[in-house]
Amino acid sequence: MAETPLDSATPRRGLLDPALSLRWSVPLLAVLLAFPFLAPLVGGDFYLGLAARILIFALAATSLNLILGFGGMVSFGHAAFIGVGAYTVGVLAQAGIDSAWIVWPAAMLVAALFAGVIGAISLRTQGVYFIMITLAFAQMLYYLAVSFKAYGGDDGLPLPGRSQLGLGLDLADDRTFYYATLLLATLALILVWRLLNARFGHVLQAIRENETRMEAIGFAVYRFKLTAFVIAGALAGLAGALLANLGSFVSPSMMQWNQSGLLMVMVILGGVGHLWGGVIGAVVFLLLEEVLSGYTLYWQFLLGAVLLAVVLAAPNGLMSLLRRKDTA
Amino acid sequence: MSGGVLLQVDGLLKRFGGLVATDQAQLAVRTGEIHALIGPNGAGKTTLIQQLSGALASDAGRIVFDGADITHLSMHERVHRGLARSYQITSIFKRLSVLDNVALALQAREGSSFSFWRTARSEHRRYAQAAAVLARVGLGEQLQQQAGALSHGQQRQLEVGIALATHPKLLLLDEPMAGMGAEETERMVSLLQSLRGQTTMLLVEHDMDAVFRLADTISVLVSGRVIASGTLQYIREHAEVRRAYLGDDFEVPA
Amino acid sequence: MTGVLILEQALNGLQFGLMLFLLAAGLTLVFGIMDMINLAHGSLYMVGAYLVAAATAASGSFWLGLAAGVAGAALFGVLLELTVLRRLYQRDHLAQVLGTFAILLMCNEAVRFIWGSQPVLLSPPESLAGPVELLPGFYYPAYRLLIIGVGLAVALLLWGLITRTRLGMQVRAGASNREMALAMGTNVRVLFTALFGLGAALCAVAGGMLGPLLAVQVGMGESILILAFVVIVIGGIGSVRGALLGALLVGVVDTAGRTLIPMAFGALLGPEAADNAGPAVASILIYVLMAAVLFWKPKGLFPSHG
Repeated sequence: MAETPLDSATPRRGLLDPALSLRWSVPLLAVLLAFPFLAPLVGGDFYLGLAARILIFALAATSLNLILGFGGMVSFGHAAFIGVGAYTVGVLAQAGIDSAWIVWPAAMLVAALFAGVIGAISLRTQGVYFIMITLAFAQMLYYLAVSFKAYGGDDGLPLPGRSQLGLGLDLADDRTFYYATLLLATLALILVWRLLNARFGHVLQAIRENETRMEAIGFAVYRFKLTAFVIAGALAGLAGALLANLGSFVSPSMMQWNQSGLLMVMVILGGVGHLWGGVIGAVVFLLLEEVLSGYTLYWQFLLGAVLLAVVLAAPNGLMSLLRRKDTA
Repeated sequence: MSGGVLLQVDGLLKRFGGLVATDQAQLAVRTGEIHALIGPNGAGKTTLIQQLSGALASDAGRIVFDGADITHLSMHERVHRGLARSYQITSIFKRLSVLDNVALALQAREGSSFSFWRTARSEHRRYAQAAAVLARVGLGEQLQQQAGALSHGQQRQLEVGIALATHPKLLLLDEPMAGMGAEETERMVSLLQSLRGQTTMLLVEHDMDAVFRLADTISVLVSGRVIASGTLQYIREHAEVRRAYLGDDFEVPA
Repeated sequence: MTGVLILEQALNGLQFGLMLFLLAAGLTLVFGIMDMINLAHGSLYMVGAYLVAAATAASGSFWLGLAAGVAGAALFGVLLELTVLRRLYQRDHLAQVLGTFAILLMCNEAVRFIWGSQPVLLSPPESLAGPVELLPGFYYPAYRLLIIGVGLAVALLLWGLITRTRLGMQVRAGASNREMALAMGTNVRVLFTALFGLGAALCAVAGGMLGPLLAVQVGMGESILILAFVVIVIGGIGSVRGALLGALLVGVVDTAGRTLIPMAFGALLGPEAADNAGPAVASILIYVLMAAVLFWKPKGLFPSHG
């Protein structure tokens, strides 16, 4: 993304153009690529699993940030799409289909379909009613999953193994799985970045800024919101597929409302409406969880204390603290 | 100067529970004219504008615009047919640059915005067009400023500029002079004068001075009903209008 | 037989609904007047239940325990408001979600730290441990009747408070038009603090009364919190009247649904449907109810704001 020369009519990058911040994101990517080789130094393959988990939630949180932070749609049922993606993998595995090339896109497609239906209905409402309706739908899916005795019901469904990648690669190897999640999370972030800087993203963000006026200048607002909702759902579905693979396990608890709440917390923590908000939030939250649980049994208390401190001290999430440094 | 009828409003009705806000409103706006809609407070002017723009659904009646019945069209569909609106209470994109505010309106006009990869910023022609529109409304020097940082008068200019950028055949202006001082009002009047002939305008205003200077036709709305419609002369001598404005200063300045 | 079953379900629903109302009333007022999403409201319920249990165990008397627990919870609510919550009023809803979620976590762990992870026993008063014969052949637990009684009494008290007192007037004014209420000189700080204390007290009553029936354990607030949110959306945010009607609706539908739907499924579709689909449909029922209400009345049954 070359910087355009400044001239009064040539558009300067603004609020509508989130930046990939190559200055630090490329070094970050380098570190992440090297991580599996560094991991043995810090304590072994356990950290590969943790890293993969963080990447999966970074993907999920970014997908929520797309609609919540950039679109202004406070969805309290986003975990449902993660669950749908996960269950697609589970159901197909039960049927003997386990090729990642089929099952992962299928997870995205099914999640997108659910998002389409839920979004089509929910987006007819506004404000707190939208929050409640999305929550309600997620709860319905949760209870449905619990009632699926054939797929484990409340106990969940163990999978025979991870999805098959072919190409001589085995996802059962944690290192390979880590690279797969890293690749997908990176691609998703790049996709979201391009999307936000494109016409669609400009419209979405402008809708967040002033929905009525957008309608009044000729944009079919509902269609744009629904499209964003579906895209976010599809990405969450992918996260769900990966999550199912991570533990070779699918459970209704993946779509419970507290999971949705947790995702929201990550996004808010990292910075609503910042491109890296979802990533930062997921990383900080899960690392905190990991570190604090090592110290004390009552680590959630400390976690809560940290979150509270962030809310009171960093009004717009952690990203806003960083941003304040490099904006003149 | 006036051509055929661009906007025909027949028997438009709007009820809010027991209250009839728009009561069989009848209105005809001719192509090329500046048509003012005046009336005492609470007459229902903004409600009527909302019904015309599509923000509010009508309970009965018909709106024919440019030969087509648009009564049941959504707001954004009406914009694409050339019917745009500016707001009485400024409704701009405060956190975006002045240039972006107008560029968005232009983006709605041409091409699909379901484009997910190509950067919107790279559409230099669109931004140049936006700059031209802004120069037209007198904001050529403020392109990169944050819209929320503009003065009230400048924001009102931007308000009109955004609506103008949609290249409307008919511009519904809801109190464009609202909250403006003398100098700003003068600027707005000049702007609207300069648009005469290029864009048809339906102007809701309280500022009678501006109305008298700008309007080709004046319609008077009282309790949701158009009680008189015609030239300034005709309105001034209309018995019912005088009664409605009893106590208000209705004298034309010399 | 069926008549008795229906009556029993209706009474159970009434009982649960009234307790839900106690939670929902506080929640709707906080949301309606302070425009604040409070995810920690369930924590007040939990803390209230624990305090009642502790006080009952310490004093040996349920009534003493209830009184002490409620007072303690009210104090806790006030302290929470003064120290943390009041800093969230001016913030946007998302910040409130994050902040109150943090408080929820801290409350859960603090309770776990003090009382452990195992459910705590809270026994109903001995005199009310047995059943009462309401109709010939129809026995109903005396304790549940007490809950209904307490629920109705508190509802009446609340009604009196809101319609007859100065505080209540300010609450009603604030619910319908916050800016106006402020302009007319309502002492906002005191009002908000008082509201929180009241909300906490109501939660504690519900927690203490339901304690003997449901388990008093960490996390008990979360599941009932979501029901409370559904109630206030159905009832209309800011409306206590709406909270009552919504709570009764949700209470009856949820309680009766859990028993009657699996039965109906069993009768119509066979035992497997009753086992699998029955509970799922019963759980979903209140959400369907909420969606139906919103479809008909998009702002709830008694929208408060203009």
